[in-house]
Amino acid sequence: MIPAGKTVVQRILTLAHAVAMAGLLGACATTANPKDPIEGFNRAVFAFNDSVDTAIIRPVAVGYDTALPTPVKSGVSNFFGNIADVFIAVNNLLQGKLPDAASDAGRFAINSTVGVLGIFDWATDLGLEKHDEDFGQTFGRWGVGDGAYLVLPFFGPSTLRDGVGLVFDVKADPVPHYKHVAARNTLLTVRGVNERATLLPADKLIAEAALDKYSYIRDGYLQRRRNKIYDGNAPRVVDED
Amino acid sequence: MKWLLGMVLGLVLATAVSAQEIAPDALVKSVTDDVLDIIRKDKEIQSGNTKKAIELVEAKVLPHFNFIHMARAAVGRNWAKATPEQQKTLTDEFRSLLVRTYSAALTGYKNQVVDYKPLKMQPGEAEVVVRTEIKQPGAKAIQLDYTVELIGSSWKVFDIAVSGVSLITNYRTEFTTQVTQGGIDGLIKSLQDKNKSAGEGAAKK
Repeated sequence: MIPAGKTVVQRILTLAHAVAMAGLLGACATTANPKDPIEGFNRAVFAFNDSVDTAIIRPVAVGYDTALPTPVKSGVSNFFGNIADVFIAVNNLLQGKLPDAASDAGRFAINSTVGVLGIFDWATDLGLEKHDEDFGQTFGRWGVGDGAYLVLPFFGPSTLRDGVGLVFDVKADPVPHYKHVAARNTLLTVRGVNERATLLPADKLIAEAALDKYSYIRDGYLQRRRNKIYDGNAPRVVDED
Repeated sequence: MKWLLGMVLGLVLATAVSAQEIAPDALVKSVTDDVLDIIRKDKEIQSGNTKKAIELVEAKVLPHFNFIHMARAAVGRNWAKATPEQQKTLTDEFRSLLVRTYSAALTGYKNQVVDYKPLKMQPGEAEVVVRTEIKQPGAKAIQLDYTVELIGSSWKVFDIAVSGVSLITNYRTEFTTQVTQGGIDGLIKSLQDKNKSAGEGAAKK
């Protein structure tokens, strides 16, 4: 879907700049949120993503969720989670977190062999916790600020930094680069549907909790990213009142 | 977007702390275990009966939350601009919103295990964060932190952070936008509309 090469990074930045200018013009009319300078654009993409989700993605995920028994779905999650561990190890290394990187490598080694290609997650039972890292977090750790909040088509909430990180994530991800085209497409689809299925309980929550779905997701995403970059130990934000 | 799932699970286990002078972490544990035990035995809640979940929340959870503090923190600077009647209405509507949200989340509980972290507290402190983690097979554990305050001799919850996402902070941005666009009455109306429409939706089930 996304072509490789550093020109993609340049393209994203150019697009973001152009959109930011357009968005700023739109945002002049209302009080602009400093964290969300291109809110007009973001809301449009969000609405688009939401409609595609309602029309196509969600029904498929519901079908998948209903049809398959839990152990099978866990197996699918574990399989893709295992592949991701290599890349999580790389990011931990880039962030200088050597013990975590070693643990991730250990997870991959154990689960790929004893865990039968990662379908069974024995490593967690052995005390090797699963970590969650990506290039966006690595850049954040290196000191790159969030940048504007950005809703990406299909991928959903992101920031300027994390959008760039995503390009690297896709480049490093072995699944989209798998040589056998039919198998690759199946793997990508199954992974995507499985992930969407794991988020189905969240749909209900958002429907109940959010006054405005867009801003609820945005604010949650930004807080969550901050927490992830600090690995759960973000400095506490002082209450306004 | 996986953190959204964390919010579901977090709210499931965001039951609170009962009214005795015991260490807040021990209380979180006993009340959480109590509620989870009930859910585990209740097939109706597990299969999505929100009404039953609401009853459980009202009986076991509500007495331990300080809703006035939560509403005030979520409304932020605009709270001072509201009249006492408006403040009461805001608190009531926010409480309804939270009850419905928790109850919907409770129906998503699927036997996760909770890990209670050691409490970091200075003696005599009146505001403390109790940290827990929800274990999930094949995925990273979800961080769940309760901010509790001592009122008289009871500990009450006034904020929950799921995977670092603070409930109050999240709502504060939304509420501030609502007040900017429609004043305090605009915010009240949005909350009332939300509670009414969701209530009707639930009644249809």
